[in-house]
Parts: sequence; structure tokens; C-alpha cells
Amino acid sequence: MAALDDGFGGYLALFAAGFLVTEVWRWLGLLVGSRLDVAGEVFQWVRAVATALVAGMVTRMLLFPAGALADIPLTVRLTAFAGGFVCYYALKRNLAVGVGGGAALLILAQLVPR
Amino acid sequence: MPPSTPAGAFIGGLGLIISVPSVVLFVTALGFGALARDGGFDLGHAAFLAAIVFALPNQVVLIDQLMRGATIAGAALAVTLTAVRLMPMTVTLVPLFQGEKRRHLLEVLAAHFVAISTWIEGQRRLPSIPVELRLPFHLGAGVVMSGMMLAGTIAGYLLVSGVPTLVTAALLFMTPLYFILSLVATSRSAMDVAAIAIGCGLSPVLYLVMPGFDLLATGLVGGTAAYLIGRRR
Repeated sequence: MAALDDGFGGYLALFAAGFLVTEVWRWLGLLVGSRLDVAGEVFQWVRAVATALVAGMVTRMLLFPAGALADIPLTVRLTAFAGGFVCYYALKRNLAVGVGGGAALLILAQLVPR
Repeated sequence: MPPSTPAGAFIGGLGLIISVPSVVLFVTALGFGALARDGGFDLGHAAFLAAIVFALPNQVVLIDQLMRGATIAGAALAVTLTAVRLMPMTVTLVPLFQGEKRRHLLEVLAAHFVAISTWIEGQRRLPSIPVELRLPFHLGAGVVMSGMMLAGTIAGYLLVSGVPTLVTAALLFMTPLYFILSLVATSRSAMDVAAIAIGCGLSPVLYLVMPGFDLLATGLVGGTAAYLIGRRR
């Protein structure tokens, strides 16, 4: 790999550009989280921000996927996604059933000839 | 049976090896391993990155940047931008596992184990566990999830090219489903529901308008809007 040398230098680069720059936000989170009142307004706001952020990742992955998922037509993705919800609620709100059911529907929909 | 000792709680956390998030994480790590191999990286570099970073989007961004010929400094900037999201997650998870007695070193390790999967599972499971057992439970969960990240990366690097594309697509499809179903399952208030709905709706728009900053903007704008909606109730 041109950008990384094989020896110690490559690992050091990954440590700095991968670990340190990621970890610093966790350290900051620990620092701030230790001082915040859970019942307070700031904490509630941060919770809303974190929730919206994770929710945002869902539609981004669904509508603008990378890799093999990009080969699946959007309508199939959306139908299987809705199907996952139906499986989840129809079968006692079981997470494994919802996630596995949605994935199975995606495969079935692609295998059915159109 | 619920655990009653710290060791029992730690083992309970390890028990997450048989769970939906563990499977989902393994599968997404497979994708990362395959990407690293496609990019011409050494297995050692890919495994090292997975072992120390424990945050898939950041690992992917780093590999992707280096593949496109970015400098280490440029790649580091892109990675840290992706990592900002970990701060609000850590902020909201830390108070859950902090008891009366502060154990600083273990808390730093616990913060390291904050990723989307462990954040979701923490929100879901920690409130029903006695406060003094939450830290060991979260540490156990973190060890398992880190292990799955490493195992998935190595497996993906070595053998994912043999898996049919449709199967890979279906496996990748599990990640957004797991995220959304868990978010819905753990939502407790009008604010939570609003944050999920607005976050889902806002991110595709912001992705097209400001790629790179879309997730942070979604979190800040969507989260603030959801907070205000929650307060009006």
C-alpha cells in the first residue's frame, strides 16, 4: 500500500489518523457526561441530538447505500424495509424476527422473476 | 436470571455474543474487511484498525480516504469529522453506568466501547440493571462487540469474495433495520419519537445539500427540533 509503509510507521499512522482522532470525542463525551445532570435540559437535548443522528444514518443507508446493497432497486429496498417492520410488530416485537425477516424478504423479492 | 454480582454482570454482557447486534456488527465488519482488501491494504493494517478504533464508519472513511490518495492529515480530518457523533452518544451513556464510586480507568475503557451498537444496547438494557452492575455489563458487551468487529474484519478480508452479491446485500440490509427497530423499541417520550422521525426525514435532504456534514447537521438540527417539540408537551 503506497500510503502506508509496512513497518512501524504504517501502524503509527493508523493509530494517529484512526484511533486518536476518534477516541478524543469519546474522552470529551466522558468528560461532559460525567458533569451533566441526567434530569437536566442539556442532557435531554444531547439525547435528542444522538437519537436524530442515528436515525439519520438509517435513511442514508437505505436511500444511498454503498456496495452490494446499491445493486438492489430502491423499491425492493423500501418494500423489504417495511416488511421488516411488519415482521417485528406481527411477531411479539422480536428484534431478530424483524431484522431477519426484512433481510429474507429482500432476497425473496430479488429472486422472484419480474 | 438477572446477575447480582459485577462478575455475573460482566458475563451477562459477554452473553450479547448471541444477539442481533452481534450478528449485525459481524456482518458489517465483513464489509469493512472486504473493502480493505479491495483497497490493497495489508490484513495486519485492517485488523489493527478494527481492533483499536471500534467504530465502523470511521474505519471505512479512513480506508476510503487513503484509497483515494489522501494524505494522512487529510484522512485524519475526515475521520474526526465522522467521529464527532460519538460524543453525544458517550455523553448520554456515561451517566447510566456511573455509580457512587468512580472508577476512572474503567470508565475510560467503557467510553472506548461506545459505538452505535453498544449505545443502542445500553439504552435498551442498562436502565433495568442495578446501577453498580451497569459498568461491568457494558464492559462485557464492549469486549464481545470489539471481538466481533475484529473477527468480522479478518473473515471479510479472507473470504468475502466467495459470497454471492445478493446475500451480501441482504446482510448489509440488516444494519439500517436493526438501527431503526431498536430506536423505535427504546423510544420513551414524544421527544424520542420526534427525533427519530425528523432524523430519518432530514438526513437524505442534507446528504444531497451538504455531503460530509449531513449526519452532524441532521443530529444538531433534527435533535434541536425534537427537543423543542418535546418541551412543548
